Amino acid sequence: MPDATVVQLSGVDKIFGRGDVPVTTALDSINLAIGRGEFVSLIGPSGCGKSTLLRIIGDLTDPTGGSAVINGKPAAQARRDRDYGIVFQAPVLMDWRTVEDNVKLPLEVMGWDAARRSARAAEMLELMELGEFLNHHPYQLSGGMQQRVAIARALAFEPALLLMDEPFGALDEMTRERMNSEVLRIWEQTGITVVFVTHSIPEAVFLSSRVVVMSARPGRITKIIDIDLPRPRSELTRESPRYFELVTEVREELRRGGALVDDAGTGSAARTMAEGAVG
Amino acid sequence: MAGVGVGEARPASVRTRLGIGRQRQILLLVGFVVVVFVLWEGAKFLGGVPWRELGTGPQGPVIHNPPFRWPLANDLNLPHIWNILLVLFDPFQRGSDVTVLQHVVGAALYTWREAGIGFVVGAFVGLALATAFVHSRLFERAFVPYVIASQTIPIIALAPMIVFAFGQSVISVVIIATYLTFFPVTIAMIRGLRSFDPRAMELMRSYAASPWQAYVKLRLPASLPYLFTALKIAATASIVGAIVGEGPGGVADGLGRVIITYNQYYITGPEKLWATILITALLGIAFFLLIRGVEVLVLRARPSAAAG
Repeated sequence: MPDATVVQLSGVDKIFGRGDVPVTTALDSINLAIGRGEFVSLIGPSGCGKSTLLRIIGDLTDPTGGSAVINGKPAAQARRDRDYGIVFQAPVLMDWRTVEDNVKLPLEVMGWDAARRSARAAEMLELMELGEFLNHHPYQLSGGMQQRVAIARALAFEPALLLMDEPFGALDEMTRERMNSEVLRIWEQTGITVVFVTHSIPEAVFLSSRVVVMSARPGRITKIIDIDLPRPRSELTRESPRYFELVTEVREELRRGGALVDDAGTGSAARTMAEGAVG
Repeated sequence: MAGVGVGEARPASVRTRLGIGRQRQILLLVGFVVVVFVLWEGAKFLGGVPWRELGTGPQGPVIHNPPFRWPLANDLNLPHIWNILLVLFDPFQRGSDVTVLQHVVGAALYTWREAGIGFVVGAFVGLALATAFVHSRLFERAFVPYVIASQTIPIIALAPMIVFAFGQSVISVVIIATYLTFFPVTIAMIRGLRSFDPRAMELMRSYAASPWQAYVKLRLPASLPYLFTALKIAATASIVGAIVGEGPGGVADGLGRVIITYNQYYITGPEKLWATILITALLGIAFFLLIRGVEVLVLRARPSAAAG
């Protein structure tokens, strides 16, 4: 286990209701500790509350019960201390800003001076291999490139924790695999702690140090699987026997939790099946 | 992976499409003017009063005698288009050196100045109200009904009251123009200031942005397409407001007085009022196009800027 705990969830419940009447239990007494420098994926069928869990960690929504402690502070304090970098499924870039100015946005809000902002934006875009697109506008970029701008923006102010909510769910399989490799490279370079929500079993196994498998209604953690694949991981990792064993283990755990998962194991197939099973 | 997506950047082929659109637009505009001309003079050709030689009075030689006599197509209700254009170069008053064109354009520019001030003040008032409304549901529920009610009061009923309160002056006229301007801005911006992507607001929240930062960096830029739509409506409304206000406001130099005067002399020279209406319409279009130009400039980076 890494030396320090970044995320400590204790007995987290989330009940969605209409007014005061409880309707759905989205999360039921979740306990989870994530150490510094870990890459943890949350996987489960639609409706298992994995996105809600991520939002609770990021103080975008309040838990109904229990506590979320980030870097030893309540989540709200961690948010005020700017501990979170967030990447959604959509890039959520501002179309009136250039690529460079999108990356600068958090730095402007945080009061960095202009010279530091420019230097950091250039550095981050270089890291994401977008150096030549500084002055482009978002609509001129492909979906994958837009998402890399979003990642550059999330990392620009060096947050302690990177929260990614199905960041590659809207991309095609080829682009998704390239983005996976890229995220791993960034993670290895920066040593940042990552919490990653996904529908895709191969993606979760390839990226993570641990995979948190969840079941739906109520959302619970059914198992936490250590991914002991050697690092650095590469395209060859995807062809190793251990990789397939772990993919199978995660899939069987999902099935046990009530989610039907297609044997092909591709992200989109798994997602479709999972949604079919739940919906 | 090195070079992922490099070269994927899409070329902006928007410009060529715009070029074709512009040509079509001009063709359509010219076509419309031709159609209006044909319908107008066609009606007079079939049912007007006898056509006389250009520049001759009611006793001039007849060059065409229409087969019917439709009251709506006589020279009082529907003057010849060429007479409307020619009257622009007549003296605006008997014995004056100033032509109708010079007089009316001068009055139009004077009115534009009043309307412009009312427009700017109204835009800021409208924006301030909308800003207050989107930040407080209570404020919105309490005051939006009055904002709407304010626009159901006919301006001809309100104008004398404003003039009574603020005196016969340009100030009253500007207040009336403001009154007509703020409303579209308020209504559009209540929507516009809420048109941001909610996830973008969550990002701002994760940056611990202040409400002011969220307003300046997200709400306001996201609302600009709504703002410009409202400003284009407000531009024409402000001119109407200024013209209507000039009557009770006792302002002698603007279009309001010209229109009232030419109304009184309509029987003897209907062309002058028609010419004034033409210039007024051109003023409205000019103001509209000015705002549209600023809009294109400000929104040029956005993919949807070419529309609307």
